[in-house]
Amino acid sequence: MRPVAIVGIGQTPVREHWDAGLRELAVQAVWQALDECQIDTVDVFYVGNMLSGTLTGQEHLATLIAEYAGLTGVEAIKAEAACGSGAAAFRQAVLAVASGAAEVALAVGVEKLTETSTHKTTDGLASAADADYETAMGISFVALNALLMRRYMYEYRYHKSDFSAFIEIAHRNAVHNPNAMFRHLVNRDQYERAKMVADPVNLLDSSPIADGASAVVVTSIDQLKRFPNRPIWVAACEVSTDTIALDNRENPLWLKAAERSVHKAFKTSGLTHRDIQLFELHDAFSIMSALSLEGSGFAERGTAVRLANEGHFAIDGRLPISTFGGLKARGHPVGATGLYQIVEATLQLRGQAPEAIQVPDARIAMTQNIGGSGATIITTILTRERL
Amino acid sequence: MMGIPGNWRLRKQRYQLAGTRCQNCNQIHFPPRQVCPACKNRQLEDFRLSGRGTVYSYTIIYQSTPKFEFFVPYVVALIDLEEGPRITAQLTDVDPDQVEIGMPVEMVLRKISEQGERGLIHYGYKFRPRIR
Amino acid sequence: MAEILIPDRPVGIVGYGAYIPRYRLPAREIARLWRGTQDAEVLPIDQKSVPGPDEDTITMAIEAAENALSRAAVSPEKIRAVWIGSESHPYAVKPSGTIVAQALGITPNVSTADFEFACKAGTEAMQAGFGFVGSKMADYVLAIAMDTAQGRPGDALEYTAAAGGAAFVIGLAENSLAVLEGSFSYVTDTPDFFRRAHQLYPEHGHRFTGEPAYFHHITHAARKLMEGLNTRPRDYAAVVFHQPNTKFPLKVAKMLGFREEQVRTGLLAPFIGNTYAGASPLGLTAVLDEARPEDRILVVSFGSGAGSDAMSFRVTEAILERRERAPLTRVYIQRAKIIDYATYAKWRNKIVMH
Repeated sequence: MRPVAIVGIGQTPVREHWDAGLRELAVQAVWQALDECQIDTVDVFYVGNMLSGTLTGQEHLATLIAEYAGLTGVEAIKAEAACGSGAAAFRQAVLAVASGAAEVALAVGVEKLTETSTHKTTDGLASAADADYETAMGISFVALNALLMRRYMYEYRYHKSDFSAFIEIAHRNAVHNPNAMFRHLVNRDQYERAKMVADPVNLLDSSPIADGASAVVVTSIDQLKRFPNRPIWVAACEVSTDTIALDNRENPLWLKAAERSVHKAFKTSGLTHRDIQLFELHDAFSIMSALSLEGSGFAERGTAVRLANEGHFAIDGRLPISTFGGLKARGHPVGATGLYQIVEATLQLRGQAPEAIQVPDARIAMTQNIGGSGATIITTILTRERL
Repeated sequence: MMGIPGNWRLRKQRYQLAGTRCQNCNQIHFPPRQVCPACKNRQLEDFRLSGRGTVYSYTIIYQSTPKFEFFVPYVVALIDLEEGPRITAQLTDVDPDQVEIGMPVEMVLRKISEQGERGLIHYGYKFRPRIR
Repeated sequence: MAEILIPDRPVGIVGYGAYIPRYRLPAREIARLWRGTQDAEVLPIDQKSVPGPDEDTITMAIEAAENALSRAAVSPEKIRAVWIGSESHPYAVKPSGTIVAQALGITPNVSTADFEFACKAGTEAMQAGFGFVGSKMADYVLAIAMDTAQGRPGDALEYTAAAGGAAFVIGLAENSLAVLEGSFSYVTDTPDFFRRAHQLYPEHGHRFTGEPAYFHHITHAARKLMEGLNTRPRDYAAVVFHQPNTKFPLKVAKMLGFREEQVRTGLLAPFIGNTYAGASPLGLTAVLDEARPEDRILVVSFGSGAGSDAMSFRVTEAILERRERAPLTRVYIQRAKIIDYATYAKWRNKIVMH
């Protein structure tokens, strides 16, 4: 497999984009990335998206976006892995280049969650779970996270308000990200008073329903001289799966797919936990931050919430997380999220993050995109220097 | 979203907690499997679960998917069944503030949802504090 | 004069089971809504049972039947008929019985049908069961009486229209915990209460529901049966009448010469209301919970439209062991959670949501 590098990135602000549909959002991100590369076509094109069919009645999405991006004729396929769709599309692009099948590949994640009622969106998001044995019983996607959070609080004796630390980190960082949806601070008092969605998960534990698109161009080591930008290397991009339904996991509080994908990523890259300087994790819910940190080996079981409260994960902490606001405050346009994480990590490694949230001398970053309640986990390691 | 055939096909699982048992390693599964997740054996036999268990975790849902709007607030739990499998199901006949982790529960058959006023009524397992 | 009904081979009740939902709506809460603060009028009962938002005749029938099968210790595949009497079958077309039989593991070698005869649909299902077993067509029948009755908001019936019922495994006398001595059915065209197709709430004839309907049919059925069996009120340890309220069963008992003590054990209306088809069968389960071997029990149902089924049982030794195998009726009566009218209105679909 050939070394692969990121040479172009693009992103739209994460918003309620009433005036843009899936194609407009995607095309905006695609052309930002292409413009950075000073190219006007690619060899292959992958779209990460979860709910275009369910919410907007549009499947066959990749071909549609290719057409409207002016890329008619280019191979275009949609990748779907629930909220992990973005990184799933990225991995396909990386594989296409690494294998030699393509020289330049484009991955775009796009999602439009505001197109219908919140109810219909809630219904759509729940389709990440087992339709016959979870959703059919009245579970919502929030509820799955609530089941995890309740058990976590019980086993490790946390108080609900302890989780506020994750929310505060995300909002504090998002203030400096012009593309973030929520650029305001949240304090513990507001967190404690927030409305319950599925007890114990309240509104502030939850990432917002949003629209957005983000894109990445990758190429092989052989083609680098064509591109003006400093390459950011894909040291690893690994996927692992777990049971779809939460109830079929021996220990639901342990994200095995995180453990396995991180393990594979370290094996591929030759790096270790100590090398990771920032971690764009999948904080769709505050409990997911804790489980992701623990499953990935950045915190002992049951300690992530305590470490968050001690400042370990703040922008100036031992391992900054959600540096651009994360899913929580940047926003979570589900199928686009994985690519937002990669775009943000790329900005960190290029040294192009806004000053207040730039991790000093960032050389190695990890991103982790999670589909469902932990059933698909894609862990990516990006580096400034070629390893 | 499931239609008439899908609900019909699942009636034994929904009404009677019909699962499977691996003839090789004896692991008991719910939902029923075609391949044992523990040993990959494909010789599995029908196994009906007793419906007795304890609450592993639970949540009180205030914002539901559209089909369950009528029932909010309601409780969904992960339940550890006596025979081993863990199952996701609603708790019923219980006040949300009475629910706790470890609480013994038993299966009852209830209305889960319906396909609108004119459509099929879906019956299936829920759990309640044990009285039998 | 017509003879009483006695099957070819002796039959009886092999197992019985009760079910009452958890929720109760106090009569004073209904009165608060419709009568304001005046408390001059005596309320017909204390409180009525209300099904939870996920309950209906089918789900309730299943639990009562599970209890009956546990007491009978008969394997489900031996049941050859599942007959359910109710005025609140969830489907207008699609039998409740198929769902109940499937859930209980009785399908597919079984006959099922839904019975309707207002408040005596349940005892009709029992009568049919006695005949099916008594004629040797089957060894076991599951007869279920269950209702989730609705009264028009503000109507007198709203105070009492309740939910609950009972199930009986009917089999040979030699396996029975209560042997059927004989029965008698008495029916005339008397429109005291009815509900037209597609209507949510029934209409009734107010005071016409009393003398020419309830009292006439019950007293005739009971007297004919006792004449045929050559029994008298004092021969019975307990008697159960259909119980639309507290007053009627006590009054009809007196008319027939029964003492109040004979009625009290099976009189559940004050605590749970009128469970319609479930009412007298549920009363019978409460009596069986307390019965001693050799006790005689008289059950007389009443269904509007109108008619009565009278049944005379003699309890056997088997009662002592079997009644412990499932929850007693009072367990369900005591499992009571009081709700307010708003909750009741929501659960009983009296709030328009769509």
